[in-house]
Amino acid sequence: MKKGYFGDFGGQFVPELLMPPLIELEKACEDIVPGEAFQNTLHELLADYVGRPTPLYLCRNLSKRLGFNLWLKREDLAHTGAHKINNTMGQGLLTKMMGKPCIMAETGAGQHGVATATAAAMLGLDCIVFMGAVDVRRQAHNVRRMELLGSKVVPVESGTRTLKDAINAALRYWIENQRTTHYCFGTAAGPHPFPTLVRNFQSIIGREARQQMMEKVGKLPDYVVACVGGGSNAIGMFHEFIPLDSVRIVGVEAAGTGEPGCYNSAPLNLGSPGVLHGMHTPLLQTEDGQILPSHSISAGLDYPGVGPEHAELHASGRAAYGMANDDQALDACLELTKVEGILPALESSHAVAWVLANKDKIEPGADVAVCLSGRGDKDTFIIEEALAARESKEKRS
Amino acid sequence: MSAAMIESGLEAAIRAAAKEGRLALVPFLPAGYPDKDRFFEELDQLDQGGADIIEIGVPFSDPVADGPVVEEASLHCLELGVNLGWIFDELAKRKGRYKAPLVLMGYMNPFYQYGFDKIADRAKEAGVAGLVVPDLPLEESFDVRKTLAAGGVDLVSLVGLNTSAERLAEYAAVSSGFVYFVSVLGVTGVRNALPDEMLEHLKMAKQAFDVPLALGFGLKSPEQLVPLKGLVDAAVFGSALIRHIKDGGDSASFMARWK
Repeated sequence: MKKGYFGDFGGQFVPELLMPPLIELEKACEDIVPGEAFQNTLHELLADYVGRPTPLYLCRNLSKRLGFNLWLKREDLAHTGAHKINNTMGQGLLTKMMGKPCIMAETGAGQHGVATATAAAMLGLDCIVFMGAVDVRRQAHNVRRMELLGSKVVPVESGTRTLKDAINAALRYWIENQRTTHYCFGTAAGPHPFPTLVRNFQSIIGREARQQMMEKVGKLPDYVVACVGGGSNAIGMFHEFIPLDSVRIVGVEAAGTGEPGCYNSAPLNLGSPGVLHGMHTPLLQTEDGQILPSHSISAGLDYPGVGPEHAELHASGRAAYGMANDDQALDACLELTKVEGILPALESSHAVAWVLANKDKIEPGADVAVCLSGRGDKDTFIIEEALAARESKEKRS
Repeated sequence: MSAAMIESGLEAAIRAAAKEGRLALVPFLPAGYPDKDRFFEELDQLDQGGADIIEIGVPFSDPVADGPVVEEASLHCLELGVNLGWIFDELAKRKGRYKAPLVLMGYMNPFYQYGFDKIADRAKEAGVAGLVVPDLPLEESFDVRKTLAAGGVDLVSLVGLNTSAERLAEYAAVSSGFVYFVSVLGVTGVRNALPDEMLEHLKMAKQAFDVPLALGFGLKSPEQLVPLKGLVDAAVFGSALIRHIKDGGDSASFMARWK
């Protein structure tokens, strides 16, 4: 297999000017990351600062109703409220050990931006975060958090002014500032070595989940399920289970409103292969290869591409990729909150929604482990808006 | 097979300028800019105004290696409905009209969706002699280079200030047509001065390549060309030409400044 590829997917489709920093990073991945100094420090930070291992919780109430065991891998309980911190602590530490004083990131909903700003504050790095101007307005709370953490937030006014444009701006900034700055990519996507680097830092999710299942019930889960935008929480949850054939792996993409032809965030189900942000992977695009705007109720899934390792798991059939739409995700979010007292992020709610929608197909007594990638406090405003819109629609009809 | 074995129209055009003791001039204009009709008037003016090669931009929704001026122009052309099919159709209608060989410059995805074999097929009828693809570095370029070569189309390599001697040598082994040297460690069209460090690096690149060297990205005034004589063979203008047209000028008056 070609270097940096997962089957046909992946690669390094970047301007030549970005090849030297990517090659430098690749070397750091080989020389620094496996070393004892890096691993010991990261292990300590993950335990005492991030709060790992995160619990694996059996939903007491929902499981009874469903007739099978619904387990939640509680990444929402990690510091800053999502799995993103696993990656940013790793890349932050790597930035330090590469001798670079600055770290830079793109962010959509602001979760990766907050996680990067947090790692930067803790590790003493300068931090700059690119965020689409539309997202800056939608996620004002996270912008404020990043600023309090000492980061500079740059609103991106080009293109659709959302996540993909923030990535474009971040890549441009990196071209000019590669000597001093590490680009802390937020998901297991982009040019090699990011898909592998980010997966390595996130795969602690699945390693812990496997061990916790063995301790609690003495067997592997029958299903592991996670939402997929770029796909970092999902590949983190899945990776440990890929060689274990008895475990069914299910990724859940965001179907948007679910109406035929609507904007969505489901390139594996509804897209076609193309090249964007340094990788060859399924994309939402026109026949001419122009990237289409994506949509999801959850800003964190709102992306027209997907990480190349998911593309390969999809192509090989090792993992199945379903979809959940905005309404299903919202219902799952409300249900989990009311029944279990856990308010999940709208991203993670897509994974829960897939389980609820497929409850009749899942064998009674099965163990289903869902990655609850983040908490939903950040989404309360969007939830209220969506409920109000639903109510006025019901009144009209 | 070494690309040097095939007679390249791009290389010949630049060598011809050198014989006249001058830098070859390579203007860049996004296809369909400022509108679909005027674009071809501008193309005529560029060709008659002394362009040695003309670069035509293929618009893309996410141009990561371009600055704001080119991006805005490119998105404008997308809104006008410009795509590769239109570009090839229109150029084919004008076959033989231009003295200057044409180069298409654009991002990987639109070319990839159209198909490199189809591009290789249609290049001759459209007068297209080369492609510049900023997000296709050496490692990903081998298959594309081969497909294009079958249609007599050069894949122009891009290198920059941070390209090591080793990588320059690797590019030199596969390059044909000319090589594009990106003048500053930044995106197109946002810088004023030419850094000193660049002069050293240009010498290194000139030694590494047999094919001519073109300097691009960020050229603003004819005075900037003076220290480059002997170091490079051609100069590419992108943002400066777009800005000139946007401010009410035309390609003829633009070319007159640089000749």
